[in-house]
Amino acid sequence: MSIDWIKLLFTLLGLFIVLNYGLLQYGLIRRITARIGKRIGMPVYQPYIDLVKNYAMRSQITHGVMFYLGPVFRLVGGVGIFMFMPLIYGSYYWSNYSFAGDVILIMYFMFFGMLGMALGASEGGHPYSFIGISRGLSQFTTVEVPFTLAVIAVAVQHHSFSLTEIVAGQQGGIMHWNIMTNPFAGIAAMLAFLGMMMASPFNVVQAPQEIPIGPPTEYHGTYLGLLQTNRAILYVSESILMVNLFFGGATNWVELIVKSFCVFFWPVFVGLVFPRFRIDQSIPWFLKIPLILSIIGIFMV
Amino acid sequence: MEDKKTFIDPDLTKRTVIGPNGEDITVDPIQDYFCDALPKKHEPKRAKIFENFFNWARAESIWVLGFGTGCGSIELYPLLTPRFDAYRFGVQMRPTPRQANLMIISGYLSVKTLKRAIRSYEQMQNPKFVMALGSCTINGGMYFDSYNTINRLDKYMPVDVYVAGCMPRPEAILAGFEALKKRIKAGKAEGANLYAENFETYKANQKKIIRDWNMPDYNW
Repeated sequence: MSIDWIKLLFTLLGLFIVLNYGLLQYGLIRRITARIGKRIGMPVYQPYIDLVKNYAMRSQITHGVMFYLGPVFRLVGGVGIFMFMPLIYGSYYWSNYSFAGDVILIMYFMFFGMLGMALGASEGGHPYSFIGISRGLSQFTTVEVPFTLAVIAVAVQHHSFSLTEIVAGQQGGIMHWNIMTNPFAGIAAMLAFLGMMMASPFNVVQAPQEIPIGPPTEYHGTYLGLLQTNRAILYVSESILMVNLFFGGATNWVELIVKSFCVFFWPVFVGLVFPRFRIDQSIPWFLKIPLILSIIGIFMV
Repeated sequence: MEDKKTFIDPDLTKRTVIGPNGEDITVDPIQDYFCDALPKKHEPKRAKIFENFFNWARAESIWVLGFGTGCGSIELYPLLTPRFDAYRFGVQMRPTPRQANLMIISGYLSVKTLKRAIRSYEQMQNPKFVMALGSCTINGGMYFDSYNTINRLDKYMPVDVYVAGCMPRPEAILAGFEALKKRIKAGKAEGANLYAENFETYKANQKKIIRDWNMPDYNW
């Protein structure tokens, strides 16, 4: 087996671009949130400064091996989603390591980071971490149900579990996009996407003011820096995944950035309008409307 | 001569519990739940250019531990409102001492709160700063002869910036942030190292005030 070094280089370059894009986007979100609250808000480049500061903390403590590995697993989850997902359709180098069954692997990586974080946060020993992570796991399990069904609907429609082929099947104009050809599955996935991004109606996992910040309560310094890095990569990767699945993919970087930007801001705007659900409200919510929509989506195919 | 009563917290006494398989497990909370390793001094980076860069980042991203003591905490909330908006200056509130860099002692400290303040301060990680609001933290202020509050905060933890007033308005606190930034960028805000170096003195002062010292000396 020979390694295609140029391809690896392109993948790492893509990771770098996505990381910067995610950090800038996070700054922009904070800025928009502030504007809605009639504030000026922090500078757009503030996430970079926070990252540098966290990596430059002088002293750090640990609670055990899993405490180290928690953020690492989370980062692996984020990078894993990115690595196996085609960025730009038709480009050999920018399609990363997409292969025949990549959707299944990506869905596994989504859960993987969550599980790693659960182990690490539990070893931190703070009670709020336990509460946060148990909420996070139970909510994410219910999010996965409609999302998986929607992905299965798309896979059945295109007779493939490969993202590249799913994107290929959507080429040829807006009417070929999966959100148009199978609107029920598309809407179900977009509603599940709200839960995946943990924006406001479903941010009970971190729930500021309630369980101060949930799972990362004990994480600081470099650990927190890793989590911030992962947040930038993970959320952008998830929105690129949605673009690939339902919005026709992208044939160049501009198209990719415009589309993933719009998809990324859907949870943000919903979050700014709706207040937070409690955990006993959000779990039944995912098992009602999105689940029914995704089942209809499967029957439509 | 009055003999001082020693206070023993029942939750912290050494005890034996029976495990799920019937075996005896000895629990010593002070040893098991806390770590009493002493604080270490962390030297700044040798290369000046890196240290300056990191100090700039530390100054521009100040994470405040939301620990409200005394009457001054009510002056902190307006900082987050549209009128003052401290986010513009890179100031953010963090709910946990692990992630915070700046501890704001907002006003008088009763002895009972001092104990909590010290625990929170010791849990913060190395580049850490303290800002003290109000005249109560400087010389006791209007509580100077109270039986229950401390007069000089500086005796118990190293303070970087004092903001005078009774109480200082949010504008004054913003000015305090600017003063703190200048101090950090100049590399003078080494409070954590100062605390580690003069640990014995600080601990002696703290123990003089706090009677029911039922925790290890240092519990990061």
